[in-house]
Amino acid sequence: MDALDLARWQFGVTTVYHFLFVPLTIGLGVFVAGLQTAWHRTGKEHYLRLTKFFGKLFLINFAMGVVTGIVQEFQFGMNWSEYSTFVGDVFGAPLALEALLAFFMESTFLGLWIFGWDRLPKRVHLACIWAAAIGSNLSAYFILAANAWMKHPVGYEVVDGRARMTDLWAVLTNSTALAQVPHVVGAAFIVAGGFVLAVSGYWLLRTRAPMWRGAARAALVMTAVAGAVVAGSGDLSAKLTHEQQPMKLASAEGLERDTAGAPFTIVPGVEVPKLLSFLSTGDFDATVQGTEDLQRRYEERFGPGDYRPDQAVVFWSYRVMISFGLTTVGLSVLGLWLTRRRRDLPPWLARLFVLALPLPLLAVTAGWLLSEIGRQPWTVTGELLTAASVSPGVSLTEVAVSLTIFTLLYGALAVVEAVLLARHVRRGPEESEPAPAAERLEPSLMY
Amino acid sequence: MIDLWFVIIAFLWTGYFMLEGFDFGVGLLAPFVSRDDTEQRQSLQTIGPVWDGNEVWLITAVGAMFAAFPAWYAGVFSAFYLPVVLVLVGLIVRGVGLEWRGKVTDPVWCDLGIVVGSALPAFLWGAVFANMVLGTALAAVVGGVFTLALCVLHGAVFLALRTDGPVRRRARAAALAAGAVTLPLAVVALANLAFGAGAAGLPETGPVFDARSVPALAAMGALAAAVALIWRRREGWAFAATATAIALTSVSVFTVLRVVPLPGLTLAEAASGPYTLTMLTWIGLIALPFVLVYQGWTYWVFRKRVSLAH
Repeated sequence: MDALDLARWQFGVTTVYHFLFVPLTIGLGVFVAGLQTAWHRTGKEHYLRLTKFFGKLFLINFAMGVVTGIVQEFQFGMNWSEYSTFVGDVFGAPLALEALLAFFMESTFLGLWIFGWDRLPKRVHLACIWAAAIGSNLSAYFILAANAWMKHPVGYEVVDGRARMTDLWAVLTNSTALAQVPHVVGAAFIVAGGFVLAVSGYWLLRTRAPMWRGAARAALVMTAVAGAVVAGSGDLSAKLTHEQQPMKLASAEGLERDTAGAPFTIVPGVEVPKLLSFLSTGDFDATVQGTEDLQRRYEERFGPGDYRPDQAVVFWSYRVMISFGLTTVGLSVLGLWLTRRRRDLPPWLARLFVLALPLPLLAVTAGWLLSEIGRQPWTVTGELLTAASVSPGVSLTEVAVSLTIFTLLYGALAVVEAVLLARHVRRGPEESEPAPAAERLEPSLMY
Repeated sequence: MIDLWFVIIAFLWTGYFMLEGFDFGVGLLAPFVSRDDTEQRQSLQTIGPVWDGNEVWLITAVGAMFAAFPAWYAGVFSAFYLPVVLVLVGLIVRGVGLEWRGKVTDPVWCDLGIVVGSALPAFLWGAVFANMVLGTALAAVVGGVFTLALCVLHGAVFLALRTDGPVRRRARAAALAAGAVTLPLAVVALANLAFGAGAAGLPETGPVFDARSVPALAAMGALAAAVALIWRRREGWAFAATATAIALTSVSVFTVLRVVPLPGLTLAEAASGPYTLTMLTWIGLIALPFVLVYQGWTYWVFRKRVSLAH
């Protein structure tokens, strides 16, 4: 065990944990904004109740997304100073843009929304939640642009051992980023959809209130549409991975040798002939490179070393991502069919929605592991190895102390968050709104 | 271009200290100026709509350092590893405390999180920056205690300005007490900053010496003015004075960092290429006015004093 291993563990732990809250924030923010818009348009009381109910769940979750996100930004400098010095010129730009163009908007307008219920004109107040929701989606774009550059570096040259940006536009329109954004944001909407379905399913089992049917129906549409977006962009991502990160693709498929007309492995031993070649290139007979052949080629090009990521983790996270994601989307398509023409959602399906709550979260976690562990041993593909990225001056003890602190703190907060969410779900929406007092101390959602 | 970006980063950090400075102070003081849960809510509501936006100043300052001076960013945060971990822990427990307070049955843990989470960064940022500039452990401790006291004072004035009733009265008393503690500390800390020997490589005399002495001494004057203004019940002006004191202290610190950002590193060596800096400048020039306008608007929307429910 050295500081590098612990720094990697720390990055893994803090990132995966952060990414449990972020997708829900991204998707749920838009969902709440949609509910409030529906209330604004129709004036129907139950939309307001749903807005406030899901708004509260959104805020409980939002807090965790924010506080765990701050850690991410500092971590590059703390644990990965060599990486930061090498890439800052390129990688830092999207991070700075995220703060300037997305975070300010998100946090400021969310503050206005939370406390502005009685103080802002209705339209302005509605615009605030949309601005906050757009802000969180924008920040996903900037982060993914930065992340995509690590996998497929573009728009730069290496001068004096440091990457120098030559084309910001190329960085912001990186093909990998453009494929990842709909994939990850779509997945975020599936996570939020699955969450709303679980909550609505729970309430549909308790009451037959039409309000919950409406919420479930909206979430079904959202999840199904997002599912189509994720599948389409996933297909595009696979083709880009074939070109840009063949080692990741080969590892995800367990393909050892270069193969023409490569089969797609569903689980070890069960294969669909030629499908992998088709999925990666659009041609059933194309050649897909294998891990062992790639390893040989990389050693010739980059010198001795192991250029293969952890095969088992990459292989299985790919399968978990696809199967759990598809199950969630499949359930929602089924739900759409069964509730067509104002039919009621059958109780067994409502129960399944509750049980399926963890599936999309596990799917996005697996997708993240596939994406990032599949990039190893590089932090910047072809340019900088992970082993060369770590902070040279930071001791094993320091990383161990911070890893322990963050793990314990995150663990404790996860329990509190789960309890808080469960309690507020069980309590349900407020029965009816108290008359709006001009100077009520307690704003509608906080304190 | 490098100079411009140094000024932008100094501006972002200064904005952060001025803004989050008062919400750290309010977070720290809230349990002490409030006698019951309603008053505690009243106190915290003064920062409720704005604290998260204030914290983005930090995220932007750090992000801008990463983009414009990668080697500086990497050097600072790996050198001050454990203090930064503790700052992050503080910001985490404070953030969830503030957001979750209204949603739990027994908010005592949230209140504790808010107090601890406000105290840690208020102390540690001062310690880290004092250490960067002056290079000794003693200076770090003095700097930390000073910024902690300064945040309490700044927050107390803000509370007195933004509340009414008993909380306002107690906040004013707290501001006077904090002023009495902060002033002598300021004499030590700011004199150290104005005339201290400085970190390795810092010239003892010369243009830097003068350039940092002036704002540091002026900060002392602003603090004295703030205490006098609180005494005369001019809370708005007193708040402007404490904000000015924080800004001047920060300016003085960055004047030194301009010459020695980190031992053995110059700004030019730490900087990104001219292309990146130009691009960031254009985007910053377009975006920053919008940010300032809508953040300013937030303060305008919530400009009324927070009252107790009748």
